[in-house]
Amino acid sequence: MLSYAFKDYVQFLLSGASTGCIYVLIALGLITIYNVSGVINLAQGEFVMLGAMLAVVFYRQLHFPLWLAFLGAVLAIMLLGALVQRVTVYPARRAAEVTLIIITIGTAIALRGIALLLWGTTSYSLPEFSPGPPLQLGGAVLARQRLWIIGTAGIVLLLLYLFFEFTLLGKAVRACAINRQMAELLGINTQGMALLSYAIGGGLGAIAGVVIAPLALVSYDMGLSLGLKGFVVAIMGGMVNAPAAVVGGLILGIVESFSAGLVSSGFKEAIAFVVLFVVLVGRTVPWENLFRRRP
Amino acid sequence: MGKILGRTGYLCLALALVLSLGACGKTTPTPAAPAGKQGAAYKIGFVVAITGASSSLGEPERDVAVMVQKQLDAQGGIVGPDGVRHPVKIIIQDTESKGDVAVPVAKKLINDEGVVALIGPTTSQESMALIPVVQEAQVTMISLASSSAIVKPVAERKWIFKVAQSNEHTAPWQVKYAKAKGLTKVANIYVNNAYGEDGALAIRETAKAEGVEIVLEETFDAADTDMTAQITKIKANGAQAVLVTAIPPAAAIFTKQYRELGLTLPLLHNSGVGMQSFIDLAGAANVEGVIFPIGKVVAVDALADTDPQKPVLQRFVADYKAATGKYPNQFAAHAWDALQIVLQVLQTFPDGLPLTEQRARLRDGIENLKGFVGADGVFNFSPQDHVGLSLNDVVLVRITGGQWRYFPPDQW
Repeated sequence: MLSYAFKDYVQFLLSGASTGCIYVLIALGLITIYNVSGVINLAQGEFVMLGAMLAVVFYRQLHFPLWLAFLGAVLAIMLLGALVQRVTVYPARRAAEVTLIIITIGTAIALRGIALLLWGTTSYSLPEFSPGPPLQLGGAVLARQRLWIIGTAGIVLLLLYLFFEFTLLGKAVRACAINRQMAELLGINTQGMALLSYAIGGGLGAIAGVVIAPLALVSYDMGLSLGLKGFVVAIMGGMVNAPAAVVGGLILGIVESFSAGLVSSGFKEAIAFVVLFVVLVGRTVPWENLFRRRP
Repeated sequence: MGKILGRTGYLCLALALVLSLGACGKTTPTPAAPAGKQGAAYKIGFVVAITGASSSLGEPERDVAVMVQKQLDAQGGIVGPDGVRHPVKIIIQDTESKGDVAVPVAKKLINDEGVVALIGPTTSQESMALIPVVQEAQVTMISLASSSAIVKPVAERKWIFKVAQSNEHTAPWQVKYAKAKGLTKVANIYVNNAYGEDGALAIRETAKAEGVEIVLEETFDAADTDMTAQITKIKANGAQAVLVTAIPPAAAIFTKQYRELGLTLPLLHNSGVGMQSFIDLAGAANVEGVIFPIGKVVAVDALADTDPQKPVLQRFVADYKAATGKYPNQFAAHAWDALQIVLQVLQTFPDGLPLTEQRARLRDGIENLKGFVGADGVFNFSPQDHVGLSLNDVVLVRITGGQWRYFPPDQW
C-alpha cells in the first residue's frame, strides 16, 4: 500500500528542482547562441558531455584539485565552443537556417564520435564537491551535490543577468540578439558576438555537465538525452525568452519527478517529449484567429 | 569559377581516397594454404555490443573472441575425427547495443560470409530481434544474454541456445535469501528492458512459490540519471528488502541514490552487476553489503577442490589474465563457453560436409551435449532445455570492502 507523507512530496520537489536546474543551464546556452548567431545548436548536449569528461580527465589523470578541474573544463569548453563556431558555423553563415541546424547535428555526431574514440564506452565518476552525508530538509534528504547544482545554477543566472544588463560587451551581445543588422550598422562586430555567444553557450553546457557528473556519471553518450531536454526547455521559452526557460526547466524537472513518483516511472522519459509536442503544436495554431469572429 | 574548381578538386580528392581504400582491401594478402591434410575453414560469426549502452558487457566478450582466435591460430585450428585440420575464423562484428543494427549484421554473416553458427548478441533485446532471422536461415545462435524468453518456448526456438545463467537460475537466490532472513515483504525494482522484465518475472514466480509478498514494483530507464522518485516510493512502502534487476551504469546510479536517500534495507541486485565497474561507478562505500547471485567464475578460489568446474575456471582465468591483464567477469565467461561449445561440436565433423549439413549437425550436436564443464556451469542440454544449467551453477556473493566475497548459505 502506497502511503506518501508530506516529506515524500518535498523529496520529489527537491529532486525535480535540482534536475530542472541542469535543464535550465543547458537551455540558456541554447538560447544565447540562437539569439545572437541565429543557430539552433543541437550539439549543446555534447558540450555538456565534453565538459564533464574533461573535468574527469583533469581530476583523475592530471590530478588537479576539483575546483581547478571544474574551472579548467569550463574554460576549455568555452574555447572549444568558439572553435566549433569558427570551423563549422562561420563558413556557412549565409546558409539557410535548416542548413545550419543540420551542420550542428553533424557537429554533435562528430564530437560524440571523438569522445567515443578518446574515452571508450566506459562510464566515469567524479567525486561530490563536498562529500558527506545528505542533508535533512523537512524530512526529505538532499544530497549535498544537489545543493551545489541549485546554487551553481543560481549564481550563473545572476552573473548572466549582470553581464547582459550592466556591461558594454553584454549590451552589445543583446543588441545583436535584438536586431543583428542594426547592431552591425552601429559598429558592433556581430561575428565577434556570434563567436562569444558560442563560448558562453559552451561554458554553460560545461558547467551543467560538471555539476551533474558526481550524481549521474559521465559517458560519451550522456549528451544526447540532456541536450534534448534542454532543447525542450528552450522551446518552452520560444527560443528567445530566458526567464520563461528558467521557469520551464524547473517545471519540467519537477513534473518528471512527481510523475515518476505518483503515476509510474515508465512515463518519466515521455513527459519532456509530450511537453515538446504540446508546445510546438500550440505555437503553430493561430489562436487569435480561432477566437476571432469572421467578418 | 574558382569556387567550382575548388569543389571539383575536393571531389577528386575524396574519390581518390575511396579508390585507394578499395585498393587496400584488394591487396590484403591471403594466407597460403599449407600442405597436408588441410580442410576448409570454419567461420563463426561473433556479434556483440562493442559500443553503445551495453558495451561494458560486449567489450570483455570481444576480448575473449580475440583471445580464442589467437589460441586457435597458434594450435593451427581444430582437427576432425578423420584427422583433417580445419582453421577456424571468428568474425567479430559490433551491434552497437541495438537490435536493428544486429539484424543486418547477422544476415550478412549468414548469407555472405557463410558462418556455421552465430555467437551473441550481448543483450536480451538484440537476441530477441535476431531470433526470427536465425530460425528462418536455419543457423544455430548461442546468445550471450540472460533472458529466458530467448530460448522459450523451445518449440519455437529450435536453433537458439544460450549459455548465461537465466534469471530463473539467479533470481530465486535473491528471493531465497530474503525468505531465509525472514524478510517476507520485498520491492521488485527493474530496468525497463527485456532483461529487467525477465528478472522481475522470475522474482514474481519465485516469490509466489516461496510465500514472499511483493509490495512494490517500479522501473527505471537504462539511461536514467535520477531515480530518487522511485527510491522515495520504496521508503513509503513498507518493503523489508529491495530486489533489483539492472546493469551498470543504471544499477550503479540506483545504488548511489539509494544510499543518498538514506535507505538501509538489504539491497539484492541480480547477476547484471557482476562487474568491477559497478563498484567503481557507485563507489565502494555505497555498494558495501550489496548481495547478488552470480556464476562461479567470480568465486574460483573459494570453490571446493572437488568442484568439477574448478580446474576449468582456473585455466580460463589464467588465460584471460594473460591476454588482457584483467580478471574475467561473467560476460567473458559466457563468450568463452559459447565458443568452446561450438568448437567442441565442430571437432566431431568429418571433412567435406556442405554448409547446410554443418549447420544442422552443429545444432543437433549442441542439443545433445551432456556434462560439458564450462566457465558458467555444467551444461546438460536437451531438446527441452536450451540452457542446460541449474540453480546449482549459481552462488551468492556479497560486497565487502569494495570486493565480492563468496557468501555461502552458512554465512547468511
